[in-house]
Amino acid sequence: MTLYFLNFVLLIIGLYALVFKRHIVKKILGVAIMEYAVNLFLILLGFRKSGVPPILMKDMDMATFIRTAVDPLPQALVLTSIVIGLGTLALMVAMAIRLYERYGTFDMDEIKRLRG
Amino acid sequence: MSVLLPLFTTIPVFSAILMLLVGKFDKKYFPRIWSILTSLSLLFILAAIWGKGTIIHEMGGWKPPFGVVLVKDNLSQLMLLVVNVVTFLTVIYSYSYMRKYEDYLRFFTLFLFMLAGMNGVVLTGDLFNLFVFLEIASIASYALVGYGIDAEELEASFKYLILGALASIFILFGIGMIYSVTGSVNMADVARFIIDNGLADNKAILMATGLFILGFGLKAGLVPFHAWLPDAHSSAPAPISVMLSGVLIKVLGIYSLMRIFYSMIGMTSVVSNILLVMGSISMLVGAFMGFGQDDMKRMFAFSSISQMGYIAVGIGIGTPLAIIGALFHLLNHAVFKSLLFLSSGAIQTSTGTRNLSELGGLRKSMPVTSGASVIGALSIAGVPPFNGFWSKLIIIVAAFSAGYIWLGAILVLTAFLTLAYYLRFQKNVIFGEPTPNMKDVREAPFLMLMPIVIFAVLCLLGGIFNGWLISNIIAPAQSVIMNQMAYISSVLGI
Repeated sequence: MTLYFLNFVLLIIGLYALVFKRHIVKKILGVAIMEYAVNLFLILLGFRKSGVPPILMKDMDMATFIRTAVDPLPQALVLTSIVIGLGTLALMVAMAIRLYERYGTFDMDEIKRLRG
Repeated sequence: MSVLLPLFTTIPVFSAILMLLVGKFDKKYFPRIWSILTSLSLLFILAAIWGKGTIIHEMGGWKPPFGVVLVKDNLSQLMLLVVNVVTFLTVIYSYSYMRKYEDYLRFFTLFLFMLAGMNGVVLTGDLFNLFVFLEIASIASYALVGYGIDAEELEASFKYLILGALASIFILFGIGMIYSVTGSVNMADVARFIIDNGLADNKAILMATGLFILGFGLKAGLVPFHAWLPDAHSSAPAPISVMLSGVLIKVLGIYSLMRIFYSMIGMTSVVSNILLVMGSISMLVGAFMGFGQDDMKRMFAFSSISQMGYIAVGIGIGTPLAIIGALFHLLNHAVFKSLLFLSSGAIQTSTGTRNLSELGGLRKSMPVTSGASVIGALSIAGVPPFNGFWSKLIIIVAAFSAGYIWLGAILVLTAFLTLAYYLRFQKNVIFGEPTPNMKDVREAPFLMLMPIVIFAVLCLLGGIFNGWLISNIIAPAQSVIMNQMAYISSVLGI
């Protein structure tokens, strides 16, 4: 339970950075932290203390396998989600560089030619 | 037959990759013609599977709930129709419109990826798969919004990107919550598990419900999550505004909400009340903000928020009549909002501005565009016999007959407000005397006019043949939404 709570704290830290920080790079870091928090949450769902890899060996019966193996599905999901996160992150950073070229600042409060 | 379903995502993806390779040699004509052919081929595939009932495709031969399934039921069929028809006409329009941006290759590559993502969202029967396709469509759309790389476009794109990423994170978090309770990401399997174990008021499911409303509500641009929408819609190139407003916010937002709440978690009074409140606030905020805009595209964007409110309210009421109204309005909104955004692009190309205060008297210099956009404005304002009148009427009748008197009043009020600001658009842009700098304006090129005229004709036909449309396309989709058990049993084969 503590792990889940700490995980949630990580999510809130990311959300705080995303909402309250004015610097674009800090906002991007906020998004990245939130992504990691959610990935960690998915991993925690399949986590099992002193668990074994989910591979059914020849000398292992089904009952021990079910009792000890970790859940492989969240790991597969997280792999995909990390790749998607990488794509988003790369786009965000590229966009931040272009924004700096146009506005000469990383401050989100000064980048407001549109009214929102 | 079921082998045709994966083609809706694989054809756009592979033709985009092929286009990147071959496009090196012919940057000018190949990307444009190739994208038109690609989107046309999807229309043929849609015609081949049209009306064949529910078709299930098991990816890689793995039975659900273990493998990913693609599900084409009547609701997906309606959404596929909207997505692929709007895309086809928009690609034709882009042939001439994108001339001023010069780089066709990257534009159409991203465009096809976005199409693949949206088709995937509509077809998938797997929750995580839905997230992946949603991200493909979203990431392509972030890049396309900032395509002009001017300061304003980048700013809009960055705002959209940050909020979109936030929405995606919430959606993934919600999927994790669902998985933690049910141990499955197959939508039908999750639904069966929730029903069998009576988990409708489980705390984790409730939290997932909240996260999904937050995430998909943000993608749908419902108030209070609408901050990105006017900027993104008005800064994007016109074809992308069409795709965002006509298709993307519906597929990623409204369709996903419908699928998740009606087919998977099960609609509860809490969710429907949230949708009703969000929908009615969206309607009013969108309509009032629409008045204050000088930029034509910003006005259309706020009116999109307002019309999405109608659809959300229809879903929230939840009676069969209201769902029919919501789905019909979804179809109609895709048609007339695409028409309006395409006309705004044509007007901007010909006159160089899209501010209502600078435009005037275009009916003489641009007769076709003017006529079509008058039809679009009348349709969205709900003037009979155009299509918007019937769908709004159905939603209003459904609201009153379900006993929501105040809601009905808000719906009627919004309809009048919409009429008022679209009359202002007509008065300032189409009618009146031409302003001095509008003297030597010429009509847009043929390939831009053709989709506009087709959409205008569709507006009229949708209004005249509303009974046929409802009984043949909308009502089957509505029965899918209302019948959760049929969805579960057809996907899981039990």
